[in-house]
Amino acid sequence: MKLLFQLTFITYISVTVAYLVYFVNQNKRIRTLARYGMLTAAVGHLIYTMIRYLEAGHTPITSIHETLSFSALAVTWGYLSFRWRYRVKNFGVFVSPLITALMIVAALAAQETTRELAPALQSVWLPIHAGIALLAYGFLALAFCGGIMYLLQEREIKNKSFGLFYSRLPSLEALDRLNRHGLSAGFPLMTLGIITGMIWSKQGTGAYWQWDPKETLSLITWLVYAAIIHQRFTLGWRRRRAAIMVIFGFCFALVTLYLASY
Amino acid sequence: MLADNIIILGVNHKTAPVGIREQLAFTGDSALPFSELMALEGVTECCILSTCNRVEIIVVSRDPGKTARLLRPFLFGKSAVNDREFEKYSYLHQGEAAITHLFRVGASLDSMIVGEPQILGQLKQAFKASADNNCTGAILTRFLHKSFSVAKRVRTETNIGGSAVSISYAAVELAKKIFGDLQDKTVMLVGAGEMAELAAEHLITQGISQVIVVNRTFENAVKLARRFNGKAAGLDDLVPLLENVDILISSTGATDLVLKQEDVKPVMNQRMNRPLFLIDIAVPRDLDEKLNKLDNVYLYDIDDLTHVVDINKAERDKEAGRGERIVVEETMKFAQWLEGMEVTPTIVALRQKADAICRAEVARTAGNLKDLSPKAQKSIEKMAGAIANKLLHDPITYMKTDQPGDKGEKLALIRRLFSLDDDPA
Repeated sequence: MKLLFQLTFITYISVTVAYLVYFVNQNKRIRTLARYGMLTAAVGHLIYTMIRYLEAGHTPITSIHETLSFSALAVTWGYLSFRWRYRVKNFGVFVSPLITALMIVAALAAQETTRELAPALQSVWLPIHAGIALLAYGFLALAFCGGIMYLLQEREIKNKSFGLFYSRLPSLEALDRLNRHGLSAGFPLMTLGIITGMIWSKQGTGAYWQWDPKETLSLITWLVYAAIIHQRFTLGWRRRRAAIMVIFGFCFALVTLYLASY
Repeated sequence: MLADNIIILGVNHKTAPVGIREQLAFTGDSALPFSELMALEGVTECCILSTCNRVEIIVVSRDPGKTARLLRPFLFGKSAVNDREFEKYSYLHQGEAAITHLFRVGASLDSMIVGEPQILGQLKQAFKASADNNCTGAILTRFLHKSFSVAKRVRTETNIGGSAVSISYAAVELAKKIFGDLQDKTVMLVGAGEMAELAAEHLITQGISQVIVVNRTFENAVKLARRFNGKAAGLDDLVPLLENVDILISSTGATDLVLKQEDVKPVMNQRMNRPLFLIDIAVPRDLDEKLNKLDNVYLYDIDDLTHVVDINKAERDKEAGRGERIVVEETMKFAQWLEGMEVTPTIVALRQKADAICRAEVARTAGNLKDLSPKAQKSIEKMAGAIANKLLHDPITYMKTDQPGDKGEKLALIRRLFSLDDDPA
């Protein structure tokens, strides 16, 4: 099983390297290679997570390794589902390093399935809650990548210095749309994640909300994104400001995810 | 060598000034130059490419030495240029040099603006005119078709026609990078001027939905607006109208600023931060430099756009280098094909093909018939070979006989009938 994780890990790294090489030299054959590599890694990763589920007997999100690996998986499948719907030029170049970064931290963390989950917490709501919440993170991660791409592209257009990014990145409009799509898919899922988490908590502990640090942080993250959505759709905080906001929001979400997995 | 039978005589924008080129140009679709050219000694096929930047005469000759000497008098005959100046203004390419030259011309590597796409269409037109006048045969047809496909290859494999090399196109390209799709966008023209109008025209072909023309004198605005099917407005309406404008092109003769940062700042809030692309092609400038500091406002003045064009030109030159390598490669391939167009290699290729078929079929039959004695096997092989030889005898005789008629034509026919060339072009 460890081997499968390592193989997936190595594939992700190769895909990232391939994407970066493609970004510089624009050789389409390398891009094709990277795309298939991404799909292979996504499938391998999914199998790994399922095996882990069967072995542990519960959804594998109880250690840092498991949570990060699971969220990397969510980003990957979020990306693939996105790509299937519509295309953003060179998006993979920015998403794959993020996935790899998550995987590196996951690889460094302890991988043993030691922790036993309290029987009370072992309910069908755990996988539902975890799956939805992490998928939400996946889409918000895509918005985050879009935000970075936006700022890079915007800087070159604004400063009139056309370097590596101008010709390779899509139009500002397309990147702003990516921001909107990521938010409008991620935020409802996040809301749903919190609701299912409450149901799960009620079943396990008898209370919907206990104000433990994990719950509090999640609520703050939710509020941050609610604010972003509000500003964007009613006050017209689009474009540059929206890009900065989703980057900030995702950094906050990452910290939450990390702290909450202890 | 058959390649040496191809000759190109030409003048272009590099070798001759326009005063000379215009005297040499072939205009209209008269058949006269074709018949005159075919009457020159040795010429079997010919084509004339005449554009504003070049005149090229492409011929296939059975006596290239003689024909080459007759071509210059033919081209310069009706001009005021005297014999001694012929060579100064023109170039003569033969063999592989001629092949490379035409491939470069077609691929727009030899154009005044490298990568401009019109030349390929003009070359295709020239070929059609030549074919209509029955001046094309097997060699020239393949040669020209090959030059079309080389041009296409250069275009798809390099970025030679990629980026804008004129100010107005550069503006359109930037607009696309900001807005993505230009449909449902509104452009405002402030003042008039050739470059501004040109940019507006390009934007309209890209799908811009509305044009607003603003001018100090309202009548002029109305006049220009009518041309673009747009709205006209006076200078006082500029700022109020700005709320619904996406692209503004300014080119007034005003000495002071037409639009200041303070004017635009409140508008951006009303616009819900939709981006605003400001293009200032006036000298002295119309638009406040500080406008670029506003969020979601992008201001480009004439120097910025010129800078973009310069970058793009450098990029094209770099891509042209890659195009040249493709041309070299394709020249070699075409020269190889020409070599095969001789009688002996064609016979060899024909025999090899027949041999291969015989061997394959004999092996299959022998596999089906078990307990075949070695003697019987030999007989089958012999029979197969004999049939093939008998069948090939007539085509080979047909190729060898020196009847009047184009040798290349015959060879091309045989090669096509037996599909001896890998890529049918």
